[in-house]
Amino acid sequence: MVQTISIVVSLVAIGFILWWFFGQREAEAKLAENVDGVQVVEITVDGGYQPRTVQLKAGMLAKLVFNRKDPSSCLEEVLLPDFGVAQMLTLGKKTEITIDPSKAGEYKYTCGMQMFSGKVVVK
Amino acid sequence: MTSRNRFIVSVVFTIPLALGMLGLMLPGGAWTQWLLATPVVLVGGYPFFVGAWSAFKHRQASMDTLVALGVGTAYVYSVYALLVGTEVYFEIAALLITFVLLGKVFEDMTRNRANSAIEKLVGLQAKQATVVRDGKEVLVPLEEVQVGDVIRVKPGEKIAVDGTVLDGATTIDEAMVTGESLPVSKRVSDAVIGSTINKTGTITFKATKVGSDTLLSQIVELVRKAQTSRAPIQKLADQVSGVFVPVVLIIAIVTFNVWFVLLGASFVDALLFAVSVVVIACPCALGLATPTALMVGTGRGARLGILIKSGEVLEAANNIKYVVFDKTGTITEGKPVVTDLVGEDAKEILLVAASLEAASEHPLASAILEKANMDSLEPAKIRDFVAVEGKGVQAQLRDQVVAIGNRSLMQDLGVVIDDVAEKLSALEHHGKTVMMVASNGKLLGLIAVQDQPKSMAKAAISHLNGRGIVSVMLTGDNEATAQAIASEVGITKVVSEVLPSDKADHIKSLQHDGRVAFVGDGINDAPALALADLGIAMGSGTDIAMEAGGIVLVKNDLNDVGRALRLSQLTFGRIKLNLFWAFIYNLIGIPIAAGVFASYGLVLNPALAGLAMAFSSVSVVTSSLLLNRSRL
Repeated sequence: MVQTISIVVSLVAIGFILWWFFGQREAEAKLAENVDGVQVVEITVDGGYQPRTVQLKAGMLAKLVFNRKDPSSCLEEVLLPDFGVAQMLTLGKKTEITIDPSKAGEYKYTCGMQMFSGKVVVK
Repeated sequence: MTSRNRFIVSVVFTIPLALGMLGLMLPGGAWTQWLLATPVVLVGGYPFFVGAWSAFKHRQASMDTLVALGVGTAYVYSVYALLVGTEVYFEIAALLITFVLLGKVFEDMTRNRANSAIEKLVGLQAKQATVVRDGKEVLVPLEEVQVGDVIRVKPGEKIAVDGTVLDGATTIDEAMVTGESLPVSKRVSDAVIGSTINKTGTITFKATKVGSDTLLSQIVELVRKAQTSRAPIQKLADQVSGVFVPVVLIIAIVTFNVWFVLLGASFVDALLFAVSVVVIACPCALGLATPTALMVGTGRGARLGILIKSGEVLEAANNIKYVVFDKTGTITEGKPVVTDLVGEDAKEILLVAASLEAASEHPLASAILEKANMDSLEPAKIRDFVAVEGKGVQAQLRDQVVAIGNRSLMQDLGVVIDDVAEKLSALEHHGKTVMMVASNGKLLGLIAVQDQPKSMAKAAISHLNGRGIVSVMLTGDNEATAQAIASEVGITKVVSEVLPSDKADHIKSLQHDGRVAFVGDGINDAPALALADLGIAMGSGTDIAMEAGGIVLVKNDLNDVGRALRLSQLTFGRIKLNLFWAFIYNLIGIPIAAGVFASYGLVLNPALAGLAMAFSSVSVVTSSLLLNRSRL
């Protein structure tokens, strides 16, 4: 009896894990706003990056504002390898990172250990 | 609160619990254990629980998820056990957190060390400069120094920005920027590099590059980019990291059921196996394997004046079969000098030659004038100067008709050169350009000029040979000159009479046979640098083509080619080793934690599993730091 319960509970748990972590979700890209000739977009750092995908225009300086709310050390650093950026983020503060997205394309950004990731789409 | 402080709090409360594990009876038994473990879980575990929860809300999972689940399970079960009066496992929850925090503290320390290369470079910058304005010396902050400012530097002071010496002579220690270990002497019109240290004399120099244009700023920028770049080899690790945690959770659930349902183990034992699986798994080691090695390797390179631009370059530098050198300025000094004066009156030959060449724009003229200058000979006034296209020049000097040129010019003038014919061909055989000097139809003597190989060229080439790399010399010179230089430095494979535009084609044809690295000055061989599997741009002074090539050598030292290749290979090897261990650690660690080898008596207490996890990432970082000590 206990065994059966164990198996049923486990199967439900596995199903939940698969659905919760791997289920398909539409990634909604957040568009950057133009502020005095610089495109600005804010990304909240809390259990990952919100939104995970941001969209920029090519050929215009862009400011990514990372707002770190998560105390987890996993998220203390953000890497944008394509733009040569490795930046420590201060907890409870907004950290601005200026990049020059000259070429269209998709650029991945991640935390220091590459467990969390997001995307910068340049069009 | 920092990881360090959380660790200290955790240790204080965990020690009595650990002693209890070793058989010491705590007064009050299980309730005391609960009292001790609770602050550890709350204070030490706080960031893990918060991190895990916020990640979970956003359908993500991380290291925090694993730690929080492992600790949470052990703690919650123990509270239940405490209430129903069975055996408790509070010490496991407390030890787990303490170990993970200890690992974190170590990791922070080591990562900071791995990270320090850039900060050290930035720290080199001078803070202020003594600028001469309207004849007065003014101390101004570095940010206010402008191009064109005249700056005075006393011995012991730092050169503030890049510039050109206007007045004075000195020696400068450039080690911190170029990696050149010996002080470099500087005279008027020599280039000086910002952030280097003036040693012996007082000089004034004109600022030519300031702010982000200086050599140091460019190096910092380049290293920063390199350190954050990716290496293609880590692709698998990246893919694994993305699904790692959920997969481990599923393995843990399966482990529990195999023990509890299939093998009939007790609920507690099955649960402990599952917890071990959760806490031994370490995605961090995978994530840290590449970036830390890249950081240490490129950082060490920067200190030596070897700038490796990215992780991709490191991979490209592996298995290089051919190193192709552009001759002029790479193998040779790039500046012809007078090597031989043949004739009875060497002084007269040089004086005549210098007087004639003073008006010439021939590239070899500067070599002759420099030699005359060194011997303190002042070129004399000449009249009726005539340049004979492709042959030489002639003019009136005092009451004589003097000429300098090749055989054909001498023939035209009826000068007999039979006496020196043997000497002439011997010099030419050594790759030297020989000119004949005549006065009033009589030969005075010969002047031989050559762009000489750098002093360290031979050693550098033989070092490459020793490592099984074939050196190839590419040049526009004629066969004889090219062969002469090549044999002097020990290069056996020579491609001569190559037009600048054909350099790239020759590299392409070598590529059929193996991977090719090209070494050039980066200024007029950009296509070849780009086409080669690995482009190495060699600089001198402040004029470095930073954009060209995958590796930039700051100082003009051929030995750095071998060093750069070795450093790249070492770093790449270290990345592979790190990735291998990170994978193997997880591939072996998880089955052990799951109790696969329990029948052989090999089981892991969850606390020990946590210790292993904490130190797997520390060991990856340490392994990367060891790159600083490998021999180059």
